[in-house]
Amino acid sequence: MFKVNAELKPSETLMREAYCGALMEMAKTDKRIVALDADLVSSSGMKPFFQAFPDRAIQCGIAEANMIGVAAGLSLTGKVPFCHSFGPFASRRVCDQIFISAAYAKLNVRIVGSDPGVTAAYNGGTHMPFEDMAVLRGIPEITLLEPCDPVCMADLTRQLADVYGVYYIRMARKNAVAVYEEGSTFQIGKGNVLRAGMDVTLIASGILVAEALKAAELLAAEGVSARVVDMFTWKPMDTELVAKCAEETGAIVTAENHNVYGGLGSAVAEAAAKTVPVPIEMVGTDDRFGQVGTEAFLRVEYRLTAEHIAEAAKKAIERK
Amino acid sequence: MNKTIRYKELRVFAEEIRVKTLQTFAHIGFGHIGGAMSIVEAVALLYGEFLRCDPKNPNWPERDKLVISKGHAGPTVYATLAMKGFFPEAMLRELNQGGGRLPSHTDRNKTPGIDMTTGSLGQGLSAGCGIALGDRMDGRDANTFVFLGDGELDEGQNWEAFLFANQQKLSNLIAIVDVNGQQLDGYTKDVMDLGDVEQKLAAFGWHVESCDGHDIPALYKAFSNALAWTEGPSAVVMHTKKGHGCSFAEGILSNHHINFKPEQMEEALEKANRVLDEARNALRK
Repeated sequence: MFKVNAELKPSETLMREAYCGALMEMAKTDKRIVALDADLVSSSGMKPFFQAFPDRAIQCGIAEANMIGVAAGLSLTGKVPFCHSFGPFASRRVCDQIFISAAYAKLNVRIVGSDPGVTAAYNGGTHMPFEDMAVLRGIPEITLLEPCDPVCMADLTRQLADVYGVYYIRMARKNAVAVYEEGSTFQIGKGNVLRAGMDVTLIASGILVAEALKAAELLAAEGVSARVVDMFTWKPMDTELVAKCAEETGAIVTAENHNVYGGLGSAVAEAAAKTVPVPIEMVGTDDRFGQVGTEAFLRVEYRLTAEHIAEAAKKAIERK
Repeated sequence: MNKTIRYKELRVFAEEIRVKTLQTFAHIGFGHIGGAMSIVEAVALLYGEFLRCDPKNPNWPERDKLVISKGHAGPTVYATLAMKGFFPEAMLRELNQGGGRLPSHTDRNKTPGIDMTTGSLGQGLSAGCGIALGDRMDGRDANTFVFLGDGELDEGQNWEAFLFANQQKLSNLIAIVDVNGQQLDGYTKDVMDLGDVEQKLAAFGWHVESCDGHDIPALYKAFSNALAWTEGPSAVVMHTKKGHGCSFAEGILSNHHINFKPEQMEEALEKANRVLDEARNALRK
């Protein structure tokens, strides 16, 4: 069960603090929990874990391929490994290791890819994954998650102790808008309807959930009733919810901090096409590479704002 | 233990494995014969002596684990697992059959006794590191052995894993490097020259044992020394011949994957059986 905060404010904790905190809580009682990092412990916020559990914290150096293989091997002995690197190095760089050593081998591995899309900001195009989910989505049976705030991040992290398989979590490391009330819980594979609406559904993920909520306000001022869905699970897609929204609102806008090719837009479009085909507009990076800049600059540059979502919503409604 | 007799027994076991492996290939008419033949003696020493496992309980947590990173050598291990009773010998007929349990490259989810899924070269040693680390964390007195090919060492991930194993001082990890000097496109020195493998691994902080991979007493000593080493990871660098003991595969350049005629295999099996008989006779003496 979840509750949405009445007012959108910056979260008190950072995403990485929520991740590290949840993992430390789990590790206290669950000896299976181990953490791996590729020389980014200071960035991932995992220093407290590495200090508190030195025997279960594994520094792998700048060698991500080996890290994924080590994690797979650890899980073979019953451990529950959580690996971290920046998004591009936790996905496209290690795609075959995740595919073969983890997924195809049917082992039990969690991978946190941080700094998704424009949140990589000053690290620029080399570090700015607009494709991580697309790269991994072709791996059978993998689960892809993108929480929007620390409450969701912590809850998903806790759930990952007792599920089996390969899970990739796309995590903005720092600031987030607090969308959910403390104590909210989440169901992997099920989207959350955050706001009711009948004219169009805005299906968003990660940092664009808050933008979608703002877009719904902008649309309401113009007399348009927009439903907002937080689709924090990209795979498996909640086809049932997509179909229901398509049926009831007749138009969909997807919003992702990711390339629209192979990302959330594609996944939602596949689900709608197979069930209730309706006009869909996609907000996301349109087959472009990343670049340096402030997150604020990049959000505008790649058209990832509430205004862009509202504009796309009107276009989708026109196409009904 | 009388070592001389034990070596003779292990020679018999090795030749039995060689024959059984060739018979396994015989049914399908093709396969990765070169790299399967070069590890026969090492596999015999593992399953005959050094690898603690229980055919009746293949997932026994305390067992020693084996990762065949050069996964295409699976058939040698399949033949051995059948001989050890992990599964009925009739199952060897399933090699490369659709829906079967013995794929061309080893798969932990398909075959009883196979610990890790491999085949995309360069990944097995990392998994081996994780297994060895997990066993050590939980205080299990178990070793992890990893077969690596010399051609496979072209893959950079191996060298990440060599660094990692030394950093973690994984003394319960033993890499068996099959230096047969050949890879798919030709001689290793022509395709991608590895140089001095022993020197490279020593420079990466590993304890290195070097030996002739078809010489049972030499391999026995190398494994014993590697297992006795407690300060960090060990490598048994074994120099072998790709296709060793298979008449139509030995000594030819293109023996990584071979399509053979039934009469070629008949001849190879006849010769391998003769060598097996000689080994049995030597044991009786």
